[in-house]
This record gives sequence, structure tokens and C-alpha cells, in this order.
Amino acid sequence: MNSDLKLASDNIKARHRKAKLFRMFCAGVTWMGAGLLAILLIQVTVDGIKWLDYQFLTSFPSRFPYKAGVKSALVGTLWLIVMIAMVSIPIGVATALYLEELSRKGKFAKLIEINISNLAGVPSIVYGIIGLAIFVRGLGLERSLLSGALTMSLLILPVIIIASREAIKTVPMSIRQAAFALGATRWQTAWAHVLPASFPGILTGVILALSRAIGETAPLIMIGALTYVAFLPEGPMDSFTALPIQIFNWVSRPQQEFHELAAGGIIVLLIVLLTMNATAIFIRQKTEKKLQ
Amino acid sequence: MTHENCIQNHKLADGQAFTDEVILDIDNVTICYSGNPAVKGVSFPIAKNKITSIIGPSGCGKSTLLRSINRMNDFVEGVTLEGKLSYSGHDIYSSEIDPVEVRRNIGMVFQKPNPFPKTIHKNISWGPVINGYTGSTDELVEKSLRQAALWEEVKDRLHESALSLSGGQQQRLCIARALAMEPDILLMDEPCSALDPISTSHIEDLLFDLKSRYTIVIVTHNMQQAARISDYTAFLEMGDLIEFGVTDQLFTRPSKRRTEEYVTGRFG
Repeated sequence: MNSDLKLASDNIKARHRKAKLFRMFCAGVTWMGAGLLAILLIQVTVDGIKWLDYQFLTSFPSRFPYKAGVKSALVGTLWLIVMIAMVSIPIGVATALYLEELSRKGKFAKLIEINISNLAGVPSIVYGIIGLAIFVRGLGLERSLLSGALTMSLLILPVIIIASREAIKTVPMSIRQAAFALGATRWQTAWAHVLPASFPGILTGVILALSRAIGETAPLIMIGALTYVAFLPEGPMDSFTALPIQIFNWVSRPQQEFHELAAGGIIVLLIVLLTMNATAIFIRQKTEKKLQ
Repeated sequence: MTHENCIQNHKLADGQAFTDEVILDIDNVTICYSGNPAVKGVSFPIAKNKITSIIGPSGCGKSTLLRSINRMNDFVEGVTLEGKLSYSGHDIYSSEIDPVEVRRNIGMVFQKPNPFPKTIHKNISWGPVINGYTGSTDELVEKSLRQAALWEEVKDRLHESALSLSGGQQQRLCIARALAMEPDILLMDEPCSALDPISTSHIEDLLFDLKSRYTIVIVTHNMQQAARISDYTAFLEMGDLIEFGVTDQLFTRPSKRRTEEYVTGRFG
């Protein structure tokens, strides 16, 4: 009996050691990721901060670095964000709502589900090819903002759908039952209760997806967004450029000054992203407070 | 099926005739979950403007039976029902009947208070509004809250979140919400099981008051509660109806030994 107990306590020590090792490993990996990100951010800031001024934001690209700016790229990106949001949010949320709340759970729904999950993993360049074939050539939309926004919407739709479904799943069943018991239809229940209750989660997913979209370069290059644009788009059918493309363009030049300009462009892109995320957090907290 | 038929079909346990008006007739109902029966050939009438309680040990099928009355089991996968539930002469499960229509007329209060995460006002007015109510929602809210004996406590905070109420108040809000639809029948699935004794007695008092206007079917774990509040009691065990009768008789002079053992606390 005694020897058994002794063995058990030795075992506990070993287990604690293992737990400690594992915790150290996880912490190390976490800090490595955060550290690399920090180095990257510092590097970019050091390189680009001196170019970041009013002139940089309000100038078109130029072959003289001190005259060059991100005006057309920034405006193009803002156009893209708004248009992508207008296309992808209604379609994505409606799809999620249909799959979770309204459709009959059968083999067909399962098939759609698997396909959407697969689509989320398709490389973005493939979406660029689809966009080129369908929107630019097939529908004759040319290399317009509309083509770009539709292509990007395809790219992020799976992400929005998956995130919205997860958010909808967290709405307690009891809320739905309460609504059904009052003689509500599935649609009335979904619209009045499930959607508002899952709104914060859906919003998070949408913002993450939009952030991904404005950072993507490959599909835009594929559908032929221009790299040198000395005018502002005035409507959805105009040609455009976007921040990632401008950055890509500057980085591929040999001169040191343009590399620093690229860093400045990256800072602008990061600021746009941070603003979007901050807005999302703000709205989410407001709505969550209202629910409590 | 006419009411006369229903009455003839049902004899109380002691052979006495059932003389109340029947609003809902449960006739040989069997409910299965993916083929496994949870309720087996149960028949008994629900009398109008009376309280009928369904008692029995856990897993005896009482909640399943209750939820079949307003077709809430439709949302559970694999549930099938055989037999007939006649509500004022209509078969609730007939293909011509819209389940949404059934739920408009047969309200339900759940085991755990489940107010919508919205204002108190909106909790009550939403059901009638989506069902086409066009009158004054303020009046409706006041009337429903008064019926649920909650008005005095919440009249100054109608536009605050319902989740700020205590558990007992939330449950009375859920009752008010169901009453706002003016249902013919009010189903209650262990409405007091998540509440403290004081809130429980509030709700029991409330049920007495509501009896004159509504028919109430209540599932309860608490035998004292069933004995205190109900006019008729059905005792279920393992999906079988063991005994149905006038509450006083079922508790004092049960005709089946199993019932006696259960109500005296020898098992369950």
C-alpha cells in the first residue's frame, strides 16, 4: 500500500513538470509570434513615418518619390470597403440565416455547408481568376471598382457565412421557443430575435472578413486593377487602384525612397484597418450593453 | 368530434362521469423519439377553465406530452405522434391545420424564465403585433401585466430591459407575455422549478386568479403544488397514463397502487 502511494506522488511531480514544460512552450510560441509582429511594425514605422504627412495623403503617385502619395489608392480602398460591404454582408448574413434557421436540415444543406467550408480555404488568386473570367470579361464590367468589389465579395463570403452561422448558433434555443410559442413563424423569429441577438458576433466576423479583403492584393492584380492611377474614381464603373497594389508597386522598384514610401503606405493601410476594428468593437459593446 | 363524444369517452378513475366542458381531448396519443416511445397511448380530457396538472417521475413523458399540445415538438428532430389531439373539434395534427395557428391559441410558459433580451414593453407587445394586433400596445401591456400581477412592480420601468428583473418577476413576465395573446389554453412546463418559494407562491396565487378566464395545463414535479392548485390530475409513469382523476380523489383515494406509492412519496 505504502509503496503504491509513494509511486503516485512521484508520478504527480512528473506530471507537474510536464505541465510546466508545456506551458512554457505555449508561452514561448505566443511571444515569438507577438515579437515578430512587433519587429515588423517597428521596422515599418521607422522606415515610413517620415514620409507620412498631409502631402503624402493628398498626392497622386509620381515617379518622383518626394511628390508621390497614396491619394488614389486610399480613395480606391475606401470605395472598395463600402462596395464589398454592401454586396457581401446582405448575401452572407442571409445565407447564414437560411442555413441555420430556415432551411430543412437535410443532405442538401450538408452539401452546401461542406462546400462553403472548402471555399474558405481556396487561394485568393483563384478568386481573381474567377473574377477575371466572370465579371471583367463575361459580364463586361471591365477593370472597374465593381469588378473588384464583386471578386473580393466572393472571396470573403465564405468567411462571413461561417462566422455568422457560429454567431447564430450561440443564440439560446429558449429565445426561439418563446417566439414560436407566441405564434411566430420561423422568419419572424429569425428576424426579430435571432438576428439582433447574434448581431455582435456577426459584426465581428464581418469586420474580420472586410479586413482580409482590403489587405488582399492577388485577386486585384489578377483582374487588372491599375498600378498607376492619377485620378479619383467617381463611380463604381471607374478603374481604380488600392493601397495593397500601390504598396506592391512601390516595393518592386529599385530605389530606396520608394521602399520607404511603401512603408508609409503600409502605415496608412494599418490605420484604416485599426479604425475599422475599433468601430466594430465600439458598436459591439454598445449593442451588447443594450441586450443586458 | 363533439364534446358529447368526448365526455362519453372519458370515465374518471372511480367510474364517475366527466361532466366539465372539454376544450382539448387527448385521444390515444403515442409520441416517439426516433422510434422510441416516450408517451404510450395516453387519453384524457382537458376541462375548460380548469387547471389540469400532469405529474410523474422524471422522464415519464409529461413534458413531451405537454409540448405536443401546441406542436412545439415539431422543432425537435425525429419526433412522431400517433393518435389524436382534438382542440374544440379540430385535430391539431391534421394537415390542414397550420401549427403557427395552433400556437397563437395555445400559449406556453417554459421551465426557465426566457424573456426576450428586449424591454418589458416589447416582450409583451411583440407577440400580438406580429399576429396582426393593431390596437394600443400600451393598454395591452398594462392589461397583461395586471393579469400576471406584475404591473405594480414594473409600471415605472416598462422600457427597461426585461433581463433586469428577478427570476420570479421574469417568469411572471413570461406569463404576461403568453396572456397578451389571449390564449384559450395556457401550457406551463414546470413554471416554478427555477424559482424560490416566495416567487412560487406568487405564481400559484396567480394561477387561481387566471382560472376563470383561461384553461391551464401544468406539468409539475412538485406534488404538493399539483394538489394545491389543480382541479384534475394525470399521473404518468414511463410514458403510460396510470391514473387520471379529480385532484382531491387522486391524492386522497387513488384507485391504483402505483399512484398511491408515488403521491405518498414511496418512489419517484
